[in-house]
Amino acid sequence: MNNTDIFDLSSAQAVAAIDAGTLSSGELFDAYRARASNDELNCFTWLAEQAPKDATTPPSQSPLNGVPLAVKDLFCTEGVPSQSGSRILEGYRPPYTATAVARLEEAGATLLGKTNQDEFAMGSSTENSAYGPVRNPWDPERVPGGSSGGSAAAVAAGLAPWALGTDTGGSIRQPAALCGIVGLKPTYGAVSRYGMIAFASSLDQAGPLTRDVTDAALMLRHMVGRDPRDATSLQFPEEVSLPSAERLDGVRLGVPQELTGEGIEGGVLEAFQATLARAEELGAQVHSVQLPHAPHALSAYYILAPAECSSNLARFDGVRYGARAQDAHDLLDMYTRTRHDGFGAEVKRRIMLGTYALSSGYYDAYYGRAQRVRTKIAEDFKAAFAEVDLIVTPTAPTVAFRLGEKTADPWSMYLNDYCTVPMSLAGIPAISIPCGLSEGLPVGFQIAGPVFSENRLLDAAYALEQVLGFDGSPARVSGAGGPA
Amino acid sequence: MIDRDEVLHVARLARLQLSEQEVQAMTGELSAVLDHIAKIGELDLDNVSPTSHVVEVTGALRPDEPVASLTREVALAQAPAVSGDGFLVPSPQA
Repeated sequence: MNNTDIFDLSSAQAVAAIDAGTLSSGELFDAYRARASNDELNCFTWLAEQAPKDATTPPSQSPLNGVPLAVKDLFCTEGVPSQSGSRILEGYRPPYTATAVARLEEAGATLLGKTNQDEFAMGSSTENSAYGPVRNPWDPERVPGGSSGGSAAAVAAGLAPWALGTDTGGSIRQPAALCGIVGLKPTYGAVSRYGMIAFASSLDQAGPLTRDVTDAALMLRHMVGRDPRDATSLQFPEEVSLPSAERLDGVRLGVPQELTGEGIEGGVLEAFQATLARAEELGAQVHSVQLPHAPHALSAYYILAPAECSSNLARFDGVRYGARAQDAHDLLDMYTRTRHDGFGAEVKRRIMLGTYALSSGYYDAYYGRAQRVRTKIAEDFKAAFAEVDLIVTPTAPTVAFRLGEKTADPWSMYLNDYCTVPMSLAGIPAISIPCGLSEGLPVGFQIAGPVFSENRLLDAAYALEQVLGFDGSPARVSGAGGPA
Repeated sequence: MIDRDEVLHVARLARLQLSEQEVQAMTGELSAVLDHIAKIGELDLDNVSPTSHVVEVTGALRPDEPVASLTREVALAQAPAVSGDGFLVPSPQA
């Protein structure tokens, strides 16, 4: 098979081509390895030299047939740099592999590389990486979104067939939207967090970034399940099916007024409305619903997530791994200077915010109240799902913005997560699919459902994907600096 | 909303040294973010219970069976400094 044909394949199609004998897993790996090594978008922080020898396991034992996988840097991978975009973990090579990665490898995926990200997953533009910003393959002057920006840009540019990311408040869905690909945040607990370098443990969740909905289902199928090493992980109640729905007859879609009005860019709203019209053509019923506390989700999130991060990031103290400040005059001096030198500006901001919110005298006013807002948000969704099957919104309020455009004002950056944070706080699954272009840049359409409704989400997303016919090929042509 | 002394106090709690420039930037930036966050103060949340975990988990404990863990050598391999079979750190009281 020639390279042009190889790069036209989705991951599921590549699996099928290997089954059919028209493509070998080695050929596929080499083609992507060569293309990824010409990465001009700064998607990768590490690339495998070659496919492991055991990547040629017979297909019956290996459902993913050795299809190469890009993995966000914050997943621990044994013996392979896992730096979470931070200088404080420069050169860190963990002694074990994260469960989500291990499960995909057991299913036959081959590690292609580690992808760049906002430091410790804190950011919405991948400009907060110690290893430099990632660029958007649709326009290299623009950001890919974040924090899984390296994974999203790599898939969009065709530098990887698919990628693993994590989503705390939108870090899979928002970059997927800005890069014109599919991103799924599963139900909290559906995928083990073991071996993910933690940001906010009550919100962090791993999920797929893929070229299409079928690939997202295929990857998710091999990630889910209870893991004895993550006490918050849950048994997925059914098999993850590959989606096949062609119609949306009788499916009730709820449009929350609070997330589809003020603050959403005109071109994004137009693409969103046009997609709703397509859904109606497929038989869906569109209803207006209310999520009265959703406008407060961002405030609650920016208390809860920094609070959890301030605790999680206490482990980076220069003692057991990572960088250490030299010539400290005592232990405390070593701690404080190591953390000063090792953390970037946004991570310091969040640690400060979280420490402040948890400190004596402020706990009830901030953390305690935010946890109560979280309850109200979850109740809002429960009430809405009594009236509708799925909730739909734009994924991000804007298309991809220019590098540097939002770095000076933290809150303007945080507003990127306005439509994705409510679902994170409620722990429910949500998928973003590309639904069109505005000013030549991709727009994401978000579909959210109740806990463990992934199969229904994927089916609805698939039916829409077929009629939308979004063309992601312009990013794959320009993404690697020339035609594939 | 958060002044210079508070920034320095919180930085001490967080074991984070800040440069003079960072202290100044942090004072303005944290105050701006806290102004937005403070809007949840407008909500009536009396009689609302807090949520720390959204999906119900029962029986999350695994059997208490000893299994092999990292060897001492592997656990020490990534440390910036080791002494014998432990992590080496500067003295707490120099």
